[in-house]
Amino acid sequence: MRDALPLIWRNSSERYQLKGTVCENCGTAYFPPRKICAKCRRKGRLVAKIMPHDGKIVSYSKIHAAPAGFEVEAPYFVAIIELSNGARFLTQIVDTPDEKVREGAAVRLVFRRICEDEKEGAIAYGYKFKVV
Amino acid sequence: MRSVSVIGVGMTKFGEHWDSSFREMVGEAGAKAVKDAGIEGRELQAIYGGCMASGRFIGQEHIGALIADQMGLNPIPSTRCEAACASGGVAFRQGFLSVASGAYDVVAVGGVEKMTDISTEDAALALGGAGDQEWELFNGATFPAIYALMARRHMLDYGTTEEQMAACAVKNHANATHNPYAQYRRAVTIEDVMNSGYIAEPLKLLDCSPITDGAAVAILCATEKARQFSSKPVEILASSQASDSLALADRKSLTGLSATRIAAEQAFKQAKLSPADIQVAEVHDCFTIAEVMAIEDLGFFKKGTGGKASADGETALNARVSVNTSGGLKACGHPVGATGVKQVVEACWQLRGEAEGRQAANVEHALTHNVGGSGATAVVHIFKRGD
Repeated sequence: MRDALPLIWRNSSERYQLKGTVCENCGTAYFPPRKICAKCRRKGRLVAKIMPHDGKIVSYSKIHAAPAGFEVEAPYFVAIIELSNGARFLTQIVDTPDEKVREGAAVRLVFRRICEDEKEGAIAYGYKFKVV
Repeated sequence: MRSVSVIGVGMTKFGEHWDSSFREMVGEAGAKAVKDAGIEGRELQAIYGGCMASGRFIGQEHIGALIADQMGLNPIPSTRCEAACASGGVAFRQGFLSVASGAYDVVAVGGVEKMTDISTEDAALALGGAGDQEWELFNGATFPAIYALMARRHMLDYGTTEEQMAACAVKNHANATHNPYAQYRRAVTIEDVMNSGYIAEPLKLLDCSPITDGAAVAILCATEKARQFSSKPVEILASSQASDSLALADRKSLTGLSATRIAAEQAFKQAKLSPADIQVAEVHDCFTIAEVMAIEDLGFFKKGTGGKASADGETALNARVSVNTSGGLKACGHPVGATGVKQVVEACWQLRGEAEGRQAANVEHALTHNVGGSGATAVVHIFKRGD
């Protein structure tokens, strides 16, 4: 769906600022943001919050067969990372020598180009991480 | 709820069918199943059709109506079910529930996918819809990469090796050499898998299931009426389904599918059986690591030992449990919406003693396990041989 322009701009605030939500009831941090706390549901109270910029790698993979829009970047790393507040999400790992992309490695946020919309040429920017 | 049995099954050969269309495959599998069931088409009261992404693959939606129309079964109700790669399993469960509830006595369940009309690149994008498009695929993840992240964590936590994962592909290709319906009827070696080139490390080309066309159909009937039609009904002892987060990152554990574990626990409880009672299991091996995790999550092997068990041959034909006698998704092929129903077809053939060169010995109980996406949906069914 990389030709869907609204997908690029709709979440730009969250993508540019790493803005998620935190539940004031149970303290769980969510990135990407959620409307309903998966633990507390109706009792939960989610408020928008900028996430911390540091975390660690939980698992990683080097992608050789890239999807449309990412061909020029292949091979590249994706990882599931856990931020220092416990939020977990999938992101690319960049600017890092291969041997340093390891489970448990400390990572820090960088702002990067994600992909380009095929039809309109609009560029999606957002978060990637690098090993520190 | 009353007991339900499968009284007839049929499927097309799985493969790249450039010369047959979506509707031709539906017609072929449907006609075979109806004939196998020994019923007249007019005895069917409803249809449930599993299909994942026909809109992306062939530009056709409204699949429920298309199936009823092409089978000449208007005006009975016909409903499409979608749960990514678990669409077929979910459709089968809906058919089961509709008969178990007493709403209908005889229904047809179909699964179909026509994937090769578009380029591999476009097909990969369509399949990406099984995962979290907005937050995972958007950032450059692919479906193989999602499973690769699970594989890496499994290797880190349990010492699972790439060779152990490769053993699943080798075994499934070996089984497929005996299955005339399989897409790849050729054996491969561990070396072939290891040399097949990385798609998303640590997964290589031959760790991945292919893009496939195919259809499969099963006819379900209330057990109390099954003998009116069939001399070899297969009873459904359990049907269960569970869900989990769409995004892989939101899971507590990356080394197993919680939805599979929960669905399996419920299914064994319903059937009053344990994993040791199952002789044949058709499990969801969209990637080799998926089979390793499945045989653990279903309870056949302890968590962390699935890789070693596979490499030791414990899942081969007539070993501790015969896993994926059809060749699995890997070698029989994976027309996503059809897979869940194809697993039922294979289970029934095994229970009826009709699996020919790949027939397992003394099959009393068989299990099917169908997964949607990276585990956001899991469906488990358990079947018993008719006596």
